[in-house]
Amino acid sequence: MTLTNNPPAAKPTLTQRGSSALGDRVFSWWTLGTGLLVLAILGLILITTVREAWPAFDAMGLRFITERVWDPNPATGDAIFGALSFAYGTAVSSLIALLFAVPVSVGIALFLTELAPRRLRGPAVTVIDLLAAVPSVVFGLWGILVVAPALVPIYQWMHDVFGGIPLLGRLFGPVGSGRNFMTAGLILAIMVTPIITSITREVFSTVPRADKDAALALGATRWEMIRGAVFPHSFGGVVGAVMLGLGRAMGETIAVALVIGGATNITANLFAPGNSMAAVIVQQFGESTGTFTAALIGLGVVLFAMTVLINVLAQVVVRRAEARMKGSVA
Amino acid sequence: MASNDTNLTTRPSVAVHAPGTTVSGADSANASVMQLRDVSVYYGSYEAVRGTTMPIQQNQVTAMIGPSGCGKSTVLRALNRMNDPIPGARVSGDVLFHGQDLYAKDVDPIQVRRRIGMVFQKPNPFPKSIYDNVAYGLRINGIKGRLDDHVEEALTKAALWDEVKDKLRKSALALSGGQQQRLCIARTIAVKPEVILMDEPCSALDPIATAKIEDLIFELTNDYTIVIVTHNMQQAARVSHYTAFFTAEVDEAQERHGRLVEFSQTGKLFTNPADKRTEDYITGRFG
Repeated sequence: MTLTNNPPAAKPTLTQRGSSALGDRVFSWWTLGTGLLVLAILGLILITTVREAWPAFDAMGLRFITERVWDPNPATGDAIFGALSFAYGTAVSSLIALLFAVPVSVGIALFLTELAPRRLRGPAVTVIDLLAAVPSVVFGLWGILVVAPALVPIYQWMHDVFGGIPLLGRLFGPVGSGRNFMTAGLILAIMVTPIITSITREVFSTVPRADKDAALALGATRWEMIRGAVFPHSFGGVVGAVMLGLGRAMGETIAVALVIGGATNITANLFAPGNSMAAVIVQQFGESTGTFTAALIGLGVVLFAMTVLINVLAQVVVRRAEARMKGSVA
Repeated sequence: MASNDTNLTTRPSVAVHAPGTTVSGADSANASVMQLRDVSVYYGSYEAVRGTTMPIQQNQVTAMIGPSGCGKSTVLRALNRMNDPIPGARVSGDVLFHGQDLYAKDVDPIQVRRRIGMVFQKPNPFPKSIYDNVAYGLRINGIKGRLDDHVEEALTKAALWDEVKDKLRKSALALSGGQQQRLCIARTIAVKPEVILMDEPCSALDPIATAKIEDLIFELTNDYTIVIVTHNMQQAARVSHYTAFFTAEVDEAQERHGRLVEFSQTGKLFTNPADKRTEDYITGRFG
């Protein structure tokens, strides 16, 4: 090590921008561009749909969302376009879907990440992902041909048993064809389970081994370990997964159109037929003209607004809950 | 404390030293709270550590030192069945806790870990508030009411109370590495184990934080028995009463197996080792 004999090194040029700098610039423009593209697409959808729906909004005013009657061709007078019944149908069927899908999905995801033997995991994941690959019209046909008729006796039984209970009994009213809010919700539950499961599983698998070890070393049972280490770590991600599932459930069109019964109806009775916004659009768009068409597009705008609202709400909830659960960082 | 439905503590302790291992100076005045008899740990068919026999003395610090891959951490994790969740991990021989084999069929690993706690290499507080980190173990052990007192006591014992008493609801992840590690120790002692296992607890910490933990380890021996794995010989010499030196042997099939070379009082092991391999290691001549 004779430093003195070394020739002086070339002076490093700290300001030089080589090809790597160019790569960085291209990369940053590209990512910025794609990010902006998403916003642009969202904005364009919003602008064009609102413009197309404007005749209906103009004719109905705020009644478009507060009116429960939907009558495009009345015997006398003007057509009435009220989205409320369909918004209700969308909300109820999606809620039922989540009620069933979330516990099942979280259960499957926990099983796959924490309990299942390694050999079983791969095949199980494949099967669940295959469920996501089934076209929704197939679910709809299955629902209308098999599920709905098969559920009628069960609905009837529930009506007989629970129908008499005050207040709660109103959920289990008289049963019709089996094509109703409940059946739509159940079919949707099956359809959103794969997506919720698959994302939840990914989230659970990111929980560090160290966190789980910490819980186990304190004498936690497996369930206590899951509650103490896995859930707090993955709460935000799981809510995100549920929101994606909810988005799919609210937007699902053809399957719901086939099994929800097709009635303009607001009722507590889960066994009554109803309709959802997406289903109405697909059922009636082909035969619509003028303001009627505008009203159907208006349903799309309302659905869009509902989805965005729920997502924003969910983010607020997650932030609050995480601050409470994890303690504030600052 | 949690109900002791497993009679882990009821039997008298036994101290048995198998031949072949150098055991010297194991003060007979101290009771051994744990005893390893010919303990081997396997991952699948691979024998990671073979034939470990050594005592763990009550209210003393026992250090495990040795080069990387000598199986010291593996043995440590075998002491409270933390290897159980690893697929294919298996233990042979006897790991006795107050004379009772921890791997007997009727022993519940959950109960074992409630009595024998563990602190890990990387500070691993839960993504929860400081308070909830300590309270977690109390809650799962069914300790109800006066949680505040228990939390304060544990944090005080871990020499962390003064630093965090005004921000108990803040995230544990906002603490420094050294504070996080002391929080992990507080979390462990909150459930009042008898033995605390520490797996290189200072390897991710700076020298000042390390010194604090070492002071704390010394304090803790009033109430607890401590087993510490460290790659740092000076640390072992500073904090421990007994030291076990492990090394890795390569067999005919070119497989490495961890092996206990020597166990004795720390002063003796570092000044007058009985085994040539120990001497080579502590004098830095180890290849």
